Amino acid sequence: MISTIKKYRAFFIVLICVGFLTVFNRSIGIKALTISAKSFFEMLFVIPPVFVLLGLLDVWVPRESMIKYMGEGSGIKGILLSLFIGSAAAGPLYAAFPVSAVFMKKGVSFRNIIIFIGAWSTSKIPMVIFEIESLGASFALTRLLVDIPGIIIIAILLSKFVGKEEIKEIYENAHQMNNLD
Amino acid sequence: MDSYLFYGLTILLLAFSFYKDKKKSLMSLKKGWKAFENILPEFLVVILLVGVMLSVLNPQTISNLIGKESGWMGVVLAAVIGSITLIPGFVAFPTAHLLLQAGAGFMQIGALISTLMMVGIVTMPVEIKYFGKRMTILRNLMAFVFSFFVAFVIGKVVG
Repeated sequence: MISTIKKYRAFFIVLICVGFLTVFNRSIGIKALTISAKSFFEMLFVIPPVFVLLGLLDVWVPRESMIKYMGEGSGIKGILLSLFIGSAAAGPLYAAFPVSAVFMKKGVSFRNIIIFIGAWSTSKIPMVIFEIESLGASFALTRLLVDIPGIIIIAILLSKFVGKEEIKEIYENAHQMNNLD
Repeated sequence: MDSYLFYGLTILLLAFSFYKDKKKSLMSLKKGWKAFENILPEFLVVILLVGVMLSVLNPQTISNLIGKESGWMGVVLAAVIGSITLIPGFVAFPTAHLLLQAGAGFMQIGALISTLMMVGIVTMPVEIKYFGKRMTILRNLMAFVFSFFVAFVIGKVVG
């Protein structure tokens, strides 16, 4: 019980702040709460499949095959697969982080995880189609052509900057988070 | 519409999983729920912050700041706005379209869209939970800088 309250402490603090905001500026406060409620229900609609798939991935896909296809030494194949999985995803970027934790547990290389996150954030296929419709093909395709190499370069640089020790720590932390027992 | 496709695929896989092994399937659902519960407190914070932000900013305010003539200053502003806010794509693209019509430049919109997608300051608590502070800051910083390059190319090609 106490640990639950502690977990949600930040949420309650922000909620109280929004409450004060509403007292001082009624219209902005109410607008903020309405938008928050709306995006909360939107989230409840979009997100469940991500977490069900994450659970299925965790239980069914053996670590050995994940390492083979996306682990250290998976080369171009691993890069392409990470790009593809990220692009095929649906849902907001923050839903990609729990999925990354399962990837870490399964032995996917750090570089490929960052590529996956990059693809999730920039090249989701349904979003690109929508982008073409609203901003035009030349805008969307130019952005995509710059972004895809950019994602890979950022991933390579990041896995160089961040030391082996730190990566190990991040992986261990992910392990603990997925631990049910 | 892609959400429905995703639901269909998920239900199909889940059904197949249950057909194969009930115990394992229940286990996977439990794991999925655990992962969701783990992240829920941060989610809720993010959602409240986004609500406050969107209630203050509106397309008119933004397009006043990042007009065609605003140059690199406008690009910087657009990148900062894009980094702080978090707007789902199906709202962001039509909004960007409106901004362009209201006089924003392509280079500035390029910076806005790129940072909206790649940089997330409000979602940092979630990212830090999984990747740690240093890594999160580094990734966002690099994506921020990279967005200027994206803006530059879009400004040259499209603008």
